[in-house]
Amino acid sequence: MTEQDRTIPRTQPIQSATFSNAINAEIRRAAATGIYDIRGGGAKRRVPHFDDLLFLGASISRYPLEGYREKCDTRVTLGTRFAKTPIELDIPITIAGMSFGALSAQAKEALGRGASAAGTSTTTGDGGMTPEERGHSTKLVYQYLPSRYGMNPDDLRRADAIEVVVGQGAKPGGGGMLLGQKISDRVAEMRTLPKGIDQRSACRHPDWTGPDDLEIKLMELREITGWRVPIYVKVGATRPYYDTALAVKAGADVVVIDGMQGGTAATQDVFIEHVGLPTLACIRPAVRALQDLGMHREVQLIVSGGIRTGADVAKALALGADAVSIGTAAMVALGDNDPRFEAEYQALGTTAGAYDDWHEGRDPAGITTQDPELAARLDPVAAGRRLRNYLKVMTLEAQTIARACGHNHLHNLEPEDLCAVTMEAAAMAQVPLAGTDWYPGKPGTGY
Amino acid sequence: MQSIDLATQTLRDANAALQAQAAQTNATSWEILNPRGAHAIAVGLDAPIEVTVRGSTGYYCAGMNKQATVHVAGSAGPGVAENMMSGMVIIDGDASQYAGATGRGGLLVIKGNAASRCGISMKGIDIVVQGNIGHMSAFMGQAGNLVVCGDAGEALGDSLYEARLFVRGSVKSLGADCIEKDMRPEHLELLRDLLERAGIDARPEDFRRYGSARKLYNFDIDNVGAY
Repeated sequence: MTEQDRTIPRTQPIQSATFSNAINAEIRRAAATGIYDIRGGGAKRRVPHFDDLLFLGASISRYPLEGYREKCDTRVTLGTRFAKTPIELDIPITIAGMSFGALSAQAKEALGRGASAAGTSTTTGDGGMTPEERGHSTKLVYQYLPSRYGMNPDDLRRADAIEVVVGQGAKPGGGGMLLGQKISDRVAEMRTLPKGIDQRSACRHPDWTGPDDLEIKLMELREITGWRVPIYVKVGATRPYYDTALAVKAGADVVVIDGMQGGTAATQDVFIEHVGLPTLACIRPAVRALQDLGMHREVQLIVSGGIRTGADVAKALALGADAVSIGTAAMVALGDNDPRFEAEYQALGTTAGAYDDWHEGRDPAGITTQDPELAARLDPVAAGRRLRNYLKVMTLEAQTIARACGHNHLHNLEPEDLCAVTMEAAAMAQVPLAGTDWYPGKPGTGY
Repeated sequence: MQSIDLATQTLRDANAALQAQAAQTNATSWEILNPRGAHAIAVGLDAPIEVTVRGSTGYYCAGMNKQATVHVAGSAGPGVAENMMSGMVIIDGDASQYAGATGRGGLLVIKGNAASRCGISMKGIDIVVQGNIGHMSAFMGQAGNLVVCGDAGEALGDSLYEARLFVRGSVKSLGADCIEKDMRPEHLELLRDLLERAGIDARPEDFRRYGSARKLYNFDIDNVGAY
């Protein structure tokens, strides 16, 4: 190279936005292994979310409540439509379904302890009810899933509510997956499966299809449980208006809508990232369905998928939800992805905050594992206390916002308290773009 | 015999009465009149009582049954004896789809034919069908025994785990990972017992056995076409 060549500016290497390093690495991984990437968690891609909304707070036209002095209620009752014994919760933040199998027994116990101490409910998962979780959960929701692993009438009657799972936000239209590494003796026995196999749950229920059948199924479950407990119907966010309407028609006491940021124990990455709706996009259509049927607040709406803070809780409630549900955030509160395990995450080829190979059962935090030594790292009492603290903080945050907006109950938050900072969020949440009185799709605006 | 007439009493009253029976009840014999295709008749029972339903039923008759013997003197709609835990359910006529779905124990006897997905996701139940069964029966069957004295439809035992299937007649096709297996002496003995308990006169030697090839138990890219 001549001196003259060295002085000529060179074209900078430019990475392709389409074929990024991450994409290319995945192509190479797929070519080497012949299997799709499986992981846990929810969508990691950036989608419009609660961060894109702001509360307006009080002004001359609305006066605030005095923080710490004036009451701001947080209680919620779920299942008022048909159940003889609706669920009464102190806070509108529940713990989402996560199975024993996907999680260690210690983690399930910690979830029960934390939720109970905070006055809320926790939920079983695709693996049946364990005595530990029933014993440590004052309010336990029993999931009724397509696999029916461990399903039995005694546990059904021990539950405080039943959640019929039609779908999940991380994988609407897909079934559960628990790979062989996590099928321990106890998990295998609870699921009536051979130890060590890759367990694939069915994607739809074995004995009903469609809303007419679902109505009969709900009636059967009520007959078995004496119409005592509420029945939730959970769907992955895809067609929230129609799914909500059909769930109500089928007789649901509570509708649960899970957005694509909602986590899973394990499924294909392509499923997590490319199927379903962002949580923000599904609340207003679901609420509209309830309103159109005259059932808003009569049938309660729980929203899940990417709820992290009291602000998220307040925004979901302002858009019309009755409660929210958390899964990933609860795991983080227990200790998932904690930087203190960084050396071990590095040894697994990842880093704290990005660890999502929950299906492999090698979780350094002892949460998404069935390895007895790893699981023993999680102290269920201490982890339960962390979860309780976190739930309390979220509640205080939501109350702070509600008081600032002049509301004496979290359920009095309303869409008029909100604006959006992006066009996409304005369109999805149907609240005005900040500084305007307009949002895309607003009736009568021609857009 | 205690009698409940669904022409004059509600389903809730009927199920509540049946569910209230204790293990040592003296009211061991019940009949349900005028079922007229009602859904969820005699569900969630948990006592050693005998219930005869005099007519045909709708969905989920005897669902989640424990201990009780439920006899349907007619035909049964979808999901009869779904998730049964123990006891016995006998259908004199035909059974619609999903008969015995996810059942974990007990014996389901269908004297007529069973429609599609009989024994789907079965987890320990024994099912004996005197007639034929429809397609996709025993799909993802995990445990238990399905005995078919007639013919089986398409894709029998698709994605089967450890359930055992016995068919006397023809099998239209086997599902993914389901293969014919040798009938060993212990299987003949098992079959003899099941047929006897079901009250069906058939020779175990006339049946063929099917089960899982266990090739799909752990993902293998070379089997991708079967998933």
